[in-house]
Amino acid sequence: MRGDALKAWALILPSLVMLVAFTHWPAVATLWDSLYSTPRGSRPGIFVGADNYLDLLDDPVFFTALRNNAYYALVTIPASVLLSLVMALSVNAKFPGRALVRMAYFTPTILPMIAVANIWLFFFTPDYGLFDQIMGGLGFGRHNWLGDSATALPAMMLVAVWKEAGFFMIFYLAALQSMPPDLAEVARIEGSSRWNFFRRVTWPLLMPTTLFVCVNAVINAFRLIDHIVVMTRGGPNNATNLLLYHIYETGFRFWDTAAAATMTVALLAILGALAALQFGVLGRRTHYR
Amino acid sequence: MLTRRTLLAASAVVAAPTIVRAQTTKAITLYYPIAVGGPLAAIIDGYCKDFATASGITVTPVYAGSYVETVAKAVTAIKAGEGPHIAVVGATEIHALVDMDILVSLNEMGLDAEGQKWVDGFYPAFMANSRKNDKTWSVPFQRSTAIGYYNKTAFAEAGLDPEKFPTTWDGLVEAGKKLVKADASGRTTRWGFKLAADVGNAQWTFGALANQAGHVLMNQAGTEVYFNAPKAIEALNFWRALAYDHKITPQGVTNWGTLPSDLLEGNSAIIQSTTGNLTNLRDKASFPLGVAGLAGKEGVRTVVGGGNLYFFKHASEAERKASMAFARFLSTPERAADWCMRTGYIATRPDAWETPALKAYVEKFPAANVARSYLPVATGEISTFENQRVQLALTNNIQACLSGAKTPAQAMEDAQSEADRILKPFKKA
Amino acid sequence: MSTRRLEMIGAWVLGLLWVMPLAYAIWTAFHGSAYATHFSLTAPLTLINFPHAWDAAPFARYFLNTMILVAVVLVAQFALCTPAAYAFARMEFRGRDTVFAIVLLQLMVAPDVLLVANYRTMAQMGVVDTIGAIALPYLGSAFGIFLLRQTFRQVPQELDDAARLEGSSLLGRIWRVYVPLARPTYLAYGLVAVSYHWNNFLWPLVITNSVSTRPLTVGLSVFASTDQGIDWTIITAATLMTSGPLLLAFLLFQRQFVASFMRAGIR
Repeated sequence: MRGDALKAWALILPSLVMLVAFTHWPAVATLWDSLYSTPRGSRPGIFVGADNYLDLLDDPVFFTALRNNAYYALVTIPASVLLSLVMALSVNAKFPGRALVRMAYFTPTILPMIAVANIWLFFFTPDYGLFDQIMGGLGFGRHNWLGDSATALPAMMLVAVWKEAGFFMIFYLAALQSMPPDLAEVARIEGSSRWNFFRRVTWPLLMPTTLFVCVNAVINAFRLIDHIVVMTRGGPNNATNLLLYHIYETGFRFWDTAAAATMTVALLAILGALAALQFGVLGRRTHYR
Repeated sequence: MLTRRTLLAASAVVAAPTIVRAQTTKAITLYYPIAVGGPLAAIIDGYCKDFATASGITVTPVYAGSYVETVAKAVTAIKAGEGPHIAVVGATEIHALVDMDILVSLNEMGLDAEGQKWVDGFYPAFMANSRKNDKTWSVPFQRSTAIGYYNKTAFAEAGLDPEKFPTTWDGLVEAGKKLVKADASGRTTRWGFKLAADVGNAQWTFGALANQAGHVLMNQAGTEVYFNAPKAIEALNFWRALAYDHKITPQGVTNWGTLPSDLLEGNSAIIQSTTGNLTNLRDKASFPLGVAGLAGKEGVRTVVGGGNLYFFKHASEAERKASMAFARFLSTPERAADWCMRTGYIATRPDAWETPALKAYVEKFPAANVARSYLPVATGEISTFENQRVQLALTNNIQACLSGAKTPAQAMEDAQSEADRILKPFKKA
Repeated sequence: MSTRRLEMIGAWVLGLLWVMPLAYAIWTAFHGSAYATHFSLTAPLTLINFPHAWDAAPFARYFLNTMILVAVVLVAQFALCTPAAYAFARMEFRGRDTVFAIVLLQLMVAPDVLLVANYRTMAQMGVVDTIGAIALPYLGSAFGIFLLRQTFRQVPQELDDAARLEGSSLLGRIWRVYVPLARPTYLAYGLVAVSYHWNNFLWPLVITNSVSTRPLTVGLSVFASTDQGIDWTIITAATLMTSGPLLLAFLLFQRQFVASFMRAGIR
């Protein structure tokens, strides 16, 4: 059996090395870095203890980004999960033009966000952008969607939901298609309403998919900032600044690695807490064995 | 078994750097802040090729996108022990780059009498961002000023003289009000004037406005800013009033990227942009394109902008020589003139404007001369230590003001205290 | 019946909303720049934007870089995840559950979040600005291991035992028994991985500097950010050209993809 254990470790080792080298170790190194000052020019970094954390508490942009990200996550996660389910249910049924609609739902998965962001930029352009043209046609006034602090973040959310829901739809669709069709048949014969059937049968069976989709939605709410980079660069006045964008900006535009590390630690803590929460709440109702 | 083989193959692919960085002293890398393959990239590629033919030295240009992106890339790469030998990045980055101790000055590389003459041959306005600590750290190349582009047809339609662009703020507001057009429902279909306030551009736009109010935003050493001075507040107040009081520009933040299409679409009668857009707009405009200096509070005032050629410390002796040779090659009068004609950026040396080619061009297309003629009334772009951070602090507060969240005084006060906090470590000297 | 009709209309409306960016890209790419912001049925069609866009940036090179990147990531992930998944699914050893939990941590902490620390690692290894460096942080994949483990657990133990009696080695059994049975999972996982890395932007943006390593996404972003403003005709043409192959593959294999998801553990 000793030999078996050795073999098992040998099988795991390559993956483990990669995971530790580029996920676990950098996470620990980041924590370490957050205790040192940023080396500048010929001045090396020195141990500063909790100073970076105290500085972080003084950084209003960090809190703006935190607030924005919380708001962004609270809207985009439920919206994209719910919409993806609705979309999957809709193309799971038969109706004329289903293939086309399905293809439409697939587009976000295929078009790189970075390319699409430029197209969305046109949609949001004031006056002659697509949305303003449509709004104008309906008799509404113009709006500077990305240039107004009040609408810039919702505009970013819209882009994110478009992207995410299209992607998650695939998973729900696959799950729905794998359900035995006779279940629905039985339910129909028994005269159970469609809503009841969904609530009692479909939804519980979709639980593992929901967990999976939620895990991804949470990470993406903190990870996906491509559209911010292209469309607003955090503006106007940080209205669309999200945590990872602020980290990127601090680390690679200001080269303040200590501050970037400190914020990364904060982000890791948030992700960890959310993970615990999800597995606690959703995990208990799901059977992964 | 196959698994193991694939595994090995995969790790081999990963381990082997995909590009081999073969570098002899006959090759240098140049970072350049334009889009790959745009019309400008083709021109730079051409210069590099000409230089290779003339000197046997290969210059590999790496096009990195915007100014902000390019300096981010260059510095990050150099900090990682790689990176370019020369780069065109924002002229304003000088304090930050010197502070990082990654530049080599021209003096250190060695300037003989002829070299000194070459350095002295640039427009002084462009050299303002090149000297620090009694040394010269960069030479101008892709240089511009902010100018106004306008739609002459729209001017005529509004009953204005298309050949007379307003030279004062009052005149601009008056003209702007006539140029604004609305449809039956009161929706604006044409704005009078648009200027960019998005991240990366607001501080430049504002530099022109501050100069128009007769104000300088920072000290020469790059250690202090003067954002909360009455004249700076006046400048921001004017910008805000354009949107909220005179209603000739939209409220909120206007995007740099869409300014050209705003003008070309007829969505705005005037835009404030870089001279580097001259050729692009001239080629695309379906109406007679007007080019003019920007109106100031009392007279025409503007701001210079654009990028300088910087030389990096990590280059070897031979690479430095090659870099210097390339810089001098780029700024021969003929090439500077050629660059100016093909892009609209300003030829950086008076002698370039004396070349027959550029003289003939200006004769035929007088607009090309507009930007240069306003150099005497142009100010330096804001440039400090921690440049990116200070610029962003200013930008954020400008945006807050333009979207109605802060009064101009409040915004400039906040920008000042944020900048002070950032600059505190550099102030001692 | 009327609720059904309503649902159908709802699906159509949603579909229309979702396809808008693609529809706009197609419209604009095939029209002159004067029509980039005006929609008129009589607008003349043109193909000129495609050669313009193709000439405007080394898209062929970007394309190649992305293909290499995706291929490396995919092959390496399969090669690394498969044995690990087998060990977690079928072998008993001390500390297995702990190690598995450690592996799963990566599900929560995407490597993208750690870009500052990872950049430094790459710099220390001297691999900045290589395609390998773009791929490295993603080669170990908790998601892949997890997914394959779920699938491997459903493989009847008898098959494994029979192969063992025939004298198959450990790796031989994984390759001949488990991998073929898990094909749908590989396909489904492959799809997710391809879509992820084809579209990934931030990390490649940070780690690449030159044309010879930039993937499409970074190339497109550099292409679109200029002093001279946005030219939508060229950008949309570039977008269509670069996503064309994936779009086509998706259309052709749509059914298979969904089917493989069905049979795979992802649901």
